Amino acid sequence: MTTTHPEPAPSGSEPVLALDGISVRLGGHQILDHVAFALDAGEFTGLIGSNGAGKTTLLRIVMGLRAADSGTVRVGGRPLTRRARGVGYVPQKIQIEPDAPLRARDLVALGLDGERLGPRLPSRARRDQVQQMLEAVDATRFADERVGTLSGGEQQRILIAHALIARPRLLLMDEPLANLDLRSGQEIVELTSRVAKEQGVAVLLSAHDINPLLPVMDKVVYLAGGRCAHGSTDQVVRSDVLTRLYRHPISVLRVDGRILVVAGAAVTADTVETVADDDGSLAVQA
Amino acid sequence: MFEPFMQATWITASIIAVVAALVGFFVVLRGATFTAHAVPNAAFAGAAGASLIGVSSLAGLGIFSLGGALLIGLLSRRGRHDAVTALIVGLMLGLGALFLSWSTEYAPEIYSLLFGEVLGLSSNDVTTTAILALVCIAVLACIYRPLMLSSTLPEVAEARGIPALRIDLLFLALVALASTTAVPVVGALLMFSLMIGPPAAARAVTTHPAPAICLAVVLALATVWIAIAASYQTNWPIGFFVGIGCALWYVLARAIAKLCHL
Amino acid sequence: MGGTLSAVFEPGFFTSAPVHAALLTGAVVALISSTVGVFTVLRSQSFAGHSLADLGTLGGSGAFLLGVGPLWGFIAAGMVVGGAMDLAGTQRRNSRDVATGIILGAVLGLSALLLYFDTTESSTTGVTVTVLFGSLFAVSGYTVPAAVAFTALGLATLVLCYRPLLLSSVSTDLAAARGIRVRLLGLTFMLVMGVTVALSSLIVGTILSPALLIGPAAAALRLTRRPLAAMGTAAALGVAATWLGVLLAYDSYHWKPVGSGWPVSFFIIGLIFIAYMLSGLRKPGRTPTTADAASEAV
Repeated sequence: MTTTHPEPAPSGSEPVLALDGISVRLGGHQILDHVAFALDAGEFTGLIGSNGAGKTTLLRIVMGLRAADSGTVRVGGRPLTRRARGVGYVPQKIQIEPDAPLRARDLVALGLDGERLGPRLPSRARRDQVQQMLEAVDATRFADERVGTLSGGEQQRILIAHALIARPRLLLMDEPLANLDLRSGQEIVELTSRVAKEQGVAVLLSAHDINPLLPVMDKVVYLAGGRCAHGSTDQVVRSDVLTRLYRHPISVLRVDGRILVVAGAAVTADTVETVADDDGSLAVQA
Repeated sequence: MFEPFMQATWITASIIAVVAALVGFFVVLRGATFTAHAVPNAAFAGAAGASLIGVSSLAGLGIFSLGGALLIGLLSRRGRHDAVTALIVGLMLGLGALFLSWSTEYAPEIYSLLFGEVLGLSSNDVTTTAILALVCIAVLACIYRPLMLSSTLPEVAEARGIPALRIDLLFLALVALASTTAVPVVGALLMFSLMIGPPAAARAVTTHPAPAICLAVVLALATVWIAIAASYQTNWPIGFFVGIGCALWYVLARAIAKLCHL
Repeated sequence: MGGTLSAVFEPGFFTSAPVHAALLTGAVVALISSTVGVFTVLRSQSFAGHSLADLGTLGGSGAFLLGVGPLWGFIAAGMVVGGAMDLAGTQRRNSRDVATGIILGAVLGLSALLLYFDTTESSTTGVTVTVLFGSLFAVSGYTVPAAVAFTALGLATLVLCYRPLLLSSVSTDLAAARGIRVRLLGLTFMLVMGVTVALSSLIVGTILSPALLIGPAAAALRLTRRPLAAMGTAAALGVAATWLGVLLAYDSYHWKPVGSGWPVSFFIIGLIFIAYMLSGLRKPGRTPTTADAASEAV
């Protein structure tokens, strides 16, 4: 197992999230095997792995919804308690009836105090906060529609607004791109990155395809077979690193600024560059 | 219990068991459980109204069941189906209660229409029931294949030109017919069990339609016969035996299916 | 003017004690039933309401055998079953409908037996009608304050858990991540629902109580999008239908056939049905895709 050790945090600041030795065994399989990495404030980190690689399990552990068999999780320097304070969560999908009486605006407002008991007094300050958040995620168009009638992309925006309105230090996103078309997915990634940078929130976004995240990602955590590799894209997404991680020949191809991860040994060395011929076709050049 | 005056009951009950099982097979296939709840209650209202006016109760049953069934079909397309079910069931039962409250035999009549009545069937009823049943079976035999297709693969059926709406309404009419024959004997509230129980049990232990339908019919007949005999002996309501019986068949079938890995 | 008033309100309406009791009990029960109904719909648990009512039939019939008033039978059934159902999981799943329906059939059959015993052994007539169709004009003595107390308790619980209930109906993960005890909340709600169904069974009977639970809520959902407004609208519709129903039932004493009066539960359900149909006339903003209606073949 190869891990790139997390870079030492700048002196005086704790990493927003630090995992060490997280292991989970389920049904005879080692879902997570001594996973360790750290996120610093404001960093956008992609959690990449194929289906079943353990991404959701890992996110649930960070949220406090699930316990690991061993290892530690520290959020903002403190061990994880039952309720992870300062952690926002955007689930992949929500199940709500189309005519359920809850507007997008109401769901965002619940982001401020959804767990408090008792009645809630009307408050101008809260209304303004909600409005600001809706504008930040560009959701004012459908703010008064029922949550159940929103499209996938619209729902994601509202869920992001719901999570960020409480000013968390860490935002966890569970495969937000899985049910979106390419364009909506791109919009969500850009939007998340923008708002997160504005608020100084660290983002951990899980996905099975690394490409949509390339423009905004600072770091990547690559999960395969329960093991992880962590570092910057250039450090981690390389044929040799991934081959060690998957314990199987993997080639990383860079095409036109995009990354392709494919199984099998490469024709030549680590990276294969492509050049467009005069007639526009792509030719492979060693 | 085989006295002449009970003969009408035995014959009628057998006919309705067959019809209920046949129609019920498709109800379970189409997942139309809420229809199976709602239509018999429309039949209840019809029987109540008919007994009030003094016309043959089967006529009242038939008209109301049909009308109620069509109303259900039309409304359920537009609204939440759980609300439509609850409201239509409620309305039909409320109407039935209203009609019965105008008669002098309020409580006993409500009871027998809801939970079944062994006695009280005449030979006229047998003939009418037989005719209705024959119509039902004939229609089913006719539309068997389009019905199967549109129940299992609705989009494919549409693509092949089978009109979904017409099939739906026709099917609703069949459920209404089945309810008309069965509700006076089994009771409105337990009609559901008789329609759903035997086919659901049969499905659990068979793999294709023909044996499933046959088994459903056999189980329905057995249920009804045992219920009549037991009700006659103990004076307990027939609906009790039908309800318990159908549940037992179902649980048994599921257990057998689990044990034999079917 | 005086003539019209006395035509609408038959003489004695405002002075009759049973009418007072009916109006008060009916109002509080409709209040809690409609409000809980909105949450029931939000949480997609209307089938649970139906099951609770059927099991309430068993409780009510059993109560008569024990010589106890029906309300306590309904309450007992509601709380026990509500708790048990929460453990078993109550979301509607297609594969479950058949199984649950058949089990409920057995329960109804058992209720039929108990009702039979009620009529033959304790010779109380009209037990069937009381249990199945309610007994609003017959509420007596301790039932009225009990109903008020239960309603107040139920409403207080809803007010307390308002926000967590909303959030957990959107996503249980989201709620759990915020520290909401989702299981406890679910159990609490089921218990409130159990008590609510019991109360509504008292006034409109067990087989009509799902309509009182879901009907006003379904109508309100078509009229508004905000959660609080939905609850308020549902409550208003429910209480209005109940009061109007009481009035009509009282007046109907003088209608044909003279001297017996039409059942009050008929009027209440009929009015709710009308309200639901009327609410459908309003054009919605964005049409909610009725995926339910499309996928469930008739």
